[in-house]
Amino acid sequence: MKKYIDNFLQYRFLLGQLVKKGIKLKYRRSYLGIIWSLLEPLLTMIVLSIVFGTLFGNHTREFPVYILTGRLLYSFFSSSTKASLRSIRAHSAMIKKVYVPKYLYTMSTVLYNYVIFLISLIVLVIVAVVLGVYPTIYLIQAPIALLLILVLAYGCGMILATIGVFFRDMEYLWSVALMLVMYTSAIFYYPERLLKSGWDWILQYNPLYCIITIFRASIFGELMDMRNFIYAAVFSVACLVIGMVVFKKNQDRFILYI
Amino acid sequence: MGKPAVVVEHVSMKFNLSKEKVDSLKDYIIKSLKRQIQYNEFWALKDVSFTIEKGDKVGILGLNGAGKSTLLKIIAGVFKPTEGTVKKYGKVVPLLELGAGFDPQYTGRENIYLYGAMLGYSKEFLDEKYDEIVEFSELEDFIDVPIKNYSSGMKARLGFSIATAVTPKILILDEVLSVGDARFRRKSEQKIMDMFDAGVTVLFVSHSLAQVKRLCNKAMILKNGKLVDYGATSEIAPKYRRMVKRAERQNEK
Repeated sequence: MKKYIDNFLQYRFLLGQLVKKGIKLKYRRSYLGIIWSLLEPLLTMIVLSIVFGTLFGNHTREFPVYILTGRLLYSFFSSSTKASLRSIRAHSAMIKKVYVPKYLYTMSTVLYNYVIFLISLIVLVIVAVVLGVYPTIYLIQAPIALLLILVLAYGCGMILATIGVFFRDMEYLWSVALMLVMYTSAIFYYPERLLKSGWDWILQYNPLYCIITIFRASIFGELMDMRNFIYAAVFSVACLVIGMVVFKKNQDRFILYI
Repeated sequence: MGKPAVVVEHVSMKFNLSKEKVDSLKDYIIKSLKRQIQYNEFWALKDVSFTIEKGDKVGILGLNGAGKSTLLKIIAGVFKPTEGTVKKYGKVVPLLELGAGFDPQYTGRENIYLYGAMLGYSKEFLDEKYDEIVEFSELEDFIDVPIKNYSSGMKARLGFSIATAVTPKILILDEVLSVGDARFRRKSEQKIMDMFDAGVTVLFVSHSLAQVKRLCNKAMILKNGKLVDYGATSEIAPKYRRMVKRAERQNEK
């Protein structure tokens, strides 16, 4: 164990460099640069609020905040896992040349998306204050959700990165899977609407939905649902463990396939 | 006997050369159901063992496909051998395919830090050496230009300058003594010669026997993945010459 930590510390600087590279390159050559990470969720929120608020008749004042919380968490999960899937192949030139622990490439991919996600939370603060959703003591639950989603994204990212090396078409499969995740995360509808249809149990098994409910509880000043918390925590940690094992078992073969 | 710098023990490397490329899930499932996935096993290296002592300059000789580059990549840590172990005592700097690890979107300056970090240098070290690296590469005017606009010679110059910013304990060379134009080549050769003189352990792949004779005190011959001979250059050189002649004669037949 100590060996792994020492090894990690030795490559801290490289990890920082890779994270920096991800952020810098994402917005290079766009005029507004990093501001896009604020503008993009804001614009999507407006569109979704118009469609699902006005047209579908969710007229509550906080509805945009409700959408934004779900949307921000989902878009971090989707962009980081998609990028992880490609992370090993994207760095193939480096992997073929110099020995560096390969998990760094996946880890840095998830982390740079996480940093952009944290920056985009500024939008949430602004929108919440404007629409009269003020922080309460329950806000201290927010870090739990933020930590869980990071663990979940990294765990899934490791699994996907491994599969992505061997099977190129995983990218398409995963974007379909992500769509399923999105529609079962109650991002732009209230889960109560599903209750009537009898399909609400599906939501309960979506770890992302559970994390989103924890995050929403912290924003809207409620106590989080313990069942959702335990489920999300167990699922995320399990993903992380499986991801690390699968990655470690296969990483020596990566080079033969990229 | 000096202290060992690199100990290679019973190293073998197997590649599966699949007849058809299977890289989609559909192909994989269909073909494994039909049991159609066939691999041609190919042993690039077979039970290679040797010890390199500190300060040795070892030339690796062999015909094309003898496993020279595979051996270097295993010692550099890029490949993990199928069997056997490699022990290294000291920092290894590989000079393989210079400039291949750069990010094309990144500027020269940013790539110095990125590539430096990959080679395991610290930030303080790179801050300190930054001017020296830029000066040696002679890219002062282009350092803030994205690498994708560099010529291949410029990339190689930058790669060489970063990789040689530190004098490593063990240097791995894959015929890179030909960087840039004639003048830069002389300069880079000089830098490598300085390292040779500083007592660095060197592993050096070359097709040129003359170069190996000039630079190396020891040499080894690889043939079809096996270590045929390893010893002082003066003994090995005539054997290699005979081997090449024999191969040529076989070709003529």
